[in-house]
Amino acid sequence: MTGRRSETGASPAPDAAGLGRLRATGFLVPSLVLILFFLVVPAAWTIYLGVTNYRLTGLAAANPEIVGLDNYTRALGDERFRTSLLLTLQFVLGSAVIGQAGLGFAIAYALRDRRGPLRRVVEGFVLLSWILPSSVVAFLWIALLDRDGGTLNTLLGIPGTAWLLDHPMLSIIVFNTWRGTAFSMMLYAAALENVPRSHLETARLAGASTWQQLRDVVFPRIRGHVLTNLLLISLWTFNDFAPFLITAGGPEQRSEILPVYVYKVALSGGELGFGAAISFVMLLINLVIALVYLRMLGRRKEKV
Amino acid sequence: MSAITMRALTKVYPNGVRALDALDLEITDGEFFALLGPSGCGKTTLLRTIAGLELASGGSVHIGDRAVTQLPPGKRDVAMVFQDYALFPHMTVRENIAYPLRIKKVDRRARGEKAAETADELGLSALLDRRPGQLSGGQQQRVALARAMACHPQVFLLDEPLSNLDARLRLEARTFLKRLQRELGVTTVFVTHDQAEALALADRIAVMEGGRIRQVGTPTEVFRRPANTFVAGFIGSTPMNLVDAEVRDGRLVVAGAPLPVPDDTPVTDGEKLVYGVRPEYLDYTAEAAPDALHGQVVVVENLGSFSLVSLDLTGDGDAATIQVVVPEGREPQPGDSGWVMPRPGRSLLYRDGELVSPAAAPAVPAARAAAAAEQ
Amino acid sequence: MSTATSTAPAPRRDAPAAEASGIAVRHVLARIGRYVFLCAVLGFFALPLLWLATAPFDDTPTITASLPQFTLDNFRALLDNPYALSSLLNSVYLAAGTAALVVTFAALAAYALSRVRVPGRDALLYGLLLLSSIVTGTATMVPLFELAFRLNLIDSRLGVILILSGGLLPAAIFILKDFMDGTPTSYEESARVFGASPLQIVRHIVVPLVRPGLATVGVWAVANVWGNFLVPFLLLRGPEKAPAAVIMYTLYTEGGQADLRLLSTFSLLYSLPVALMFVFVSSRYGFRFHGGIKR
Repeated sequence: MTGRRSETGASPAPDAAGLGRLRATGFLVPSLVLILFFLVVPAAWTIYLGVTNYRLTGLAAANPEIVGLDNYTRALGDERFRTSLLLTLQFVLGSAVIGQAGLGFAIAYALRDRRGPLRRVVEGFVLLSWILPSSVVAFLWIALLDRDGGTLNTLLGIPGTAWLLDHPMLSIIVFNTWRGTAFSMMLYAAALENVPRSHLETARLAGASTWQQLRDVVFPRIRGHVLTNLLLISLWTFNDFAPFLITAGGPEQRSEILPVYVYKVALSGGELGFGAAISFVMLLINLVIALVYLRMLGRRKEKV
Repeated sequence: MSAITMRALTKVYPNGVRALDALDLEITDGEFFALLGPSGCGKTTLLRTIAGLELASGGSVHIGDRAVTQLPPGKRDVAMVFQDYALFPHMTVRENIAYPLRIKKVDRRARGEKAAETADELGLSALLDRRPGQLSGGQQQRVALARAMACHPQVFLLDEPLSNLDARLRLEARTFLKRLQRELGVTTVFVTHDQAEALALADRIAVMEGGRIRQVGTPTEVFRRPANTFVAGFIGSTPMNLVDAEVRDGRLVVAGAPLPVPDDTPVTDGEKLVYGVRPEYLDYTAEAAPDALHGQVVVVENLGSFSLVSLDLTGDGDAATIQVVVPEGREPQPGDSGWVMPRPGRSLLYRDGELVSPAAAPAVPAARAAAAAEQ
Repeated sequence: MSTATSTAPAPRRDAPAAEASGIAVRHVLARIGRYVFLCAVLGFFALPLLWLATAPFDDTPTITASLPQFTLDNFRALLDNPYALSSLLNSVYLAAGTAALVVTFAALAAYALSRVRVPGRDALLYGLLLLSSIVTGTATMVPLFELAFRLNLIDSRLGVILILSGGLLPAAIFILKDFMDGTPTSYEESARVFGASPLQIVRHIVVPLVRPGLATVGVWAVANVWGNFLVPFLLLRGPEKAPAAVIMYTLYTEGGQADLRLLSTFSLLYSLPVALMFVFVSSRYGFRFHGGIKR
């Protein structure tokens, strides 16, 4: 112990509890093992499976063969994959970037200097829609949008409108906006508290309009928050499986976003190799999203 | 016996910073000892190395006759009070004070009694069931001291003991701390960046810079006879005047004015020295006087019972500014022309930054010097 | 309110009265606009939840939310269903197991990372965090299924717990390290000078100090597992081991006409624990916000 401690040190507090390298490593190992097994290995495995013709059942289940990039060429040529990719982009843009971030910011901004019951009630409901289990809220939305007895049609007085059949993408986009706005709302509420009052007051004294205040005072201050928020909700939305619970990709694959597509191809259809190839493409897209945002974050830091 | 002896003590951090540089120091039993210096001078590292929180890269530490260089902190029989007191926020005052005894496996009742007893000595009895968050800064400091006292260590280590208190409380706590140390008689080392605090509290002071000790001595010694220009500039609430001087014809020429060479310092003609004198040891007069420096008053700062007057010396060649303490009621006005006379036996000469003036019998009682330093 | 005054141009001398009334009108309009917006938000978020509040207590629940004919009989139907209550127990089992694992492992790892300098620590942490937000769930469902199959963890609740823990750990470590970094090291050093061993320090000092952080991570893990549908859906075969998330889904997708009495009461019972837990935590510790708290 004592001998090792000197190696770990660096000012100002090298190793406050006198843990030592060995014990510190011991503390890390359980987490690293789990992460390695159930996070890193699956990610690597995806790459391997993607180049095989592995299937859930049948001949190729016993003896998967390496088929090189066949899966990828097939996927890129596949109309269904390209449609799915396009739908996913619509889903991310519509429900995350516009829906969740936009609505979340609007609510946070409208509530920014309010205390008391109205704020608590609004926040409470927004949060409730976020924390309830996804299979429950999925059914709540099925019930809400039901063609004959749905609450929405009853309220609007237009029974017979089949929202889920006629507008499946719109339905899941609105659903996901409803579902995930809480995160953005809370993040922006925290961010807005960091905007100094004096800055806003200075802008107002100079006669800036609400929009000018937002553009010149608020956004520059919370740019980092905005980017972090967009990064996280884009990634989450991109991988979100909950729409499966509502539309199951239907009708006629018109709401088949990528996670649903992978599930159907790989686990329902049994084509594990092809599914893994699509998964890998998804990983790459995720990575690109992350890198783009992180670069923007980095550039912001350089500027400061 | 709990003297602390350090020999060639060295601490080099992995990033190459040499925080302690082959440092030798002896702290005698029962002494109240200050480590003083600007931030980054290594004083806190030295304290933490004595505690065992940092491990020396070289050299040795002895407490009493035990070699503790390689011992972990818990085995050194020292107690440390941290700058932020480090009172555990989830424990009551009683539990905090009893914590060292809990580690030493003293049974619950005995340690409860001991905690109550120690708390009583420090006037904390009424606070035993409170949590640290409910206490004032001064109370927190006492609890931290009580916790350190509870296990009767051989050495107390205090890291900036007064810096977390506000100015008023600080004076009170200073007196309290000095009295407590007197009563306990335990060897105590404390770190401070505040020279007034060190002068007021310590029996002896080590002034540090860049991982080395620049001077060790009693408060009077370091105040009166700083061993080098660094200590001279660091000690004293108004820093010592340090002015370039040259020896010419057996006289010391300071900003054009010839002064007698102080205290028979051996000097050679033509050599360049630094002339040092504290503002407190200069007398201001409006009339021309022999062996005095002449200048024009530029700033007068009222500091209560006295004023600090800055004069631009009107010598030929290099300009210099000198500060002088003037008692209340005798302040000049900015723009006045005046003379300042060094008191006999109070001027010092530095050659290459090191003191060359020989020691002389003190002409001013030590108490006065300390009092002046505190202001 | 601030929006109104801000839009006002600098008043001119010749028409101060008209200017002032203009400001007042805009002020009122902005206020009304804000209330209308907030009411619309409230309606949007509350509307889907109405059914959950009314149907369980209605003696003949329909798919429309309406004022119920109050009854508690529906809950009796729930008791008759063979899988309803046991699935809630399964959920408890999965959530408690995962939360215990995640909190313990993440606390140890976060402490080591916070207090001992490990080379490349920050890069490692960010890399893992990124990986976890990318990999969890759908993108790796194929290899996860494969992996579980190879490790003989198909139809095993332990398998679900391990896989979920692996996905939650990076973010949990991240959150907890934040808490630990915010704790002054002088507490631990102080205890060390008194002779406490590293494990005593962890037990006596560190765990009590970061208790709010441990609670946050625990609750966060429970909420995640409680709602997680995909992993148990993939890995657990029979309805005996299925958690409430999966049973809920089968209740409305399988077996023709859904039993709305069962479905509504089950939804409510299944939702209540997370809602209550959330209320408890936010009132007890205040809602601590950390980036990436969900998923």
